[in-house]
Amino acid sequence: MRPEPRLIEVRKHVLKQNDVVARSLRERFRAAGVFVVSLVSSPGSGKTAFLEKILTRLRANYRVAALVGDLATENDALRLARSQAPVKQITTGTLCHLEAAMVQSSLEEWNLSQLDFLFIENVGNLVCPSSYDLGEDIRLVLISVTEGEDKPLKYPTIFNSADIAVVTKADLAWAVEFDWATAYNNIQAVRPGMLVFRLSAKNGEGIQEFIEFLAARLIELRQAAAV
Amino acid sequence: MHELSIAMSIVELAEEEAECRGVQVKAVHLKLGVLSGVVKEALLSCYEMACEGTSLQGSRLLVEDVSVAIFCPGCRAQRPVCSLQMFCCAECGTPCSEIVHGKELEVVALEIQECVPNPV
Repeated sequence: MRPEPRLIEVRKHVLKQNDVVARSLRERFRAAGVFVVSLVSSPGSGKTAFLEKILTRLRANYRVAALVGDLATENDALRLARSQAPVKQITTGTLCHLEAAMVQSSLEEWNLSQLDFLFIENVGNLVCPSSYDLGEDIRLVLISVTEGEDKPLKYPTIFNSADIAVVTKADLAWAVEFDWATAYNNIQAVRPGMLVFRLSAKNGEGIQEFIEFLAARLIELRQAAAV
Repeated sequence: MHELSIAMSIVELAEEEAECRGVQVKAVHLKLGVLSGVVKEALLSCYEMACEGTSLQGSRLLVEDVSVAIFCPGCRAQRPVCSLQMFCCAECGTPCSEIVHGKELEVVALEIQECVPNPV
């Protein structure tokens, strides 16, 4: 006679494989002393323009590099290459997010100990990237003023997977009557205490503050490593 | 839409477990947090596809939703939140960001049937 079906306990994280790779990446980054920043946002919110500006400014004093995920083209990598920083494209095909293993294989030829900052630009998507740890030190979620103040309320999960919010295209705020206080309150409602930057890659507003923030975090990372 | 790759990971994980125990999987029990970034309906519809051609073909995916729980610094206890749009303690209203539950994406149990050796 066939035995009755029964229940056995398992308790396994579905994304364990990704988490294992992410953990080993984090250890590698830590050992190399590189501060790693990832970026998520919806398509068209200005990740690449923001990053081009930040890479160009940081390059004056730091060694920087970027990985950029995109579904099909290499346009973003070409744009970022104008900053003169080493840039590598990760073309994901139809995959809507980056996974830790993709980051790992893209870094094979790079000597991480020769870097101060590494940026990882995720595929433009406010849903899928939230599930995947990439081994980064901080994750930025970007929203542009043209997307409206209620974006955080519509995508609370991604805000909860990120550490810092960046409101981009501040130069257009007047044109779209963007209400800064409402946006700020919405971010705080879905993620209390979240640090928020407001900036414009176009006219440079807020860029200096953000650079100073990154510089301070790099010092903290290196001090922690030295202890 | 990353649910198909998630569904495939679930099937892979369950197959591994089943193989090393020499059993057949009838159902997979999954805990799914509302902050996991995975949509339940999409996952369920991808599951069947992910099972096709594997030893899990014909098995079921049973999803237990896990709502968000935070640690409230005001109450010094685990509490539900008001809503995803209002991350405050549902009891005292203190804004909280320390998430205790809600990010789960975890296979917790398998409903299995021992494989009966083929009669010789």
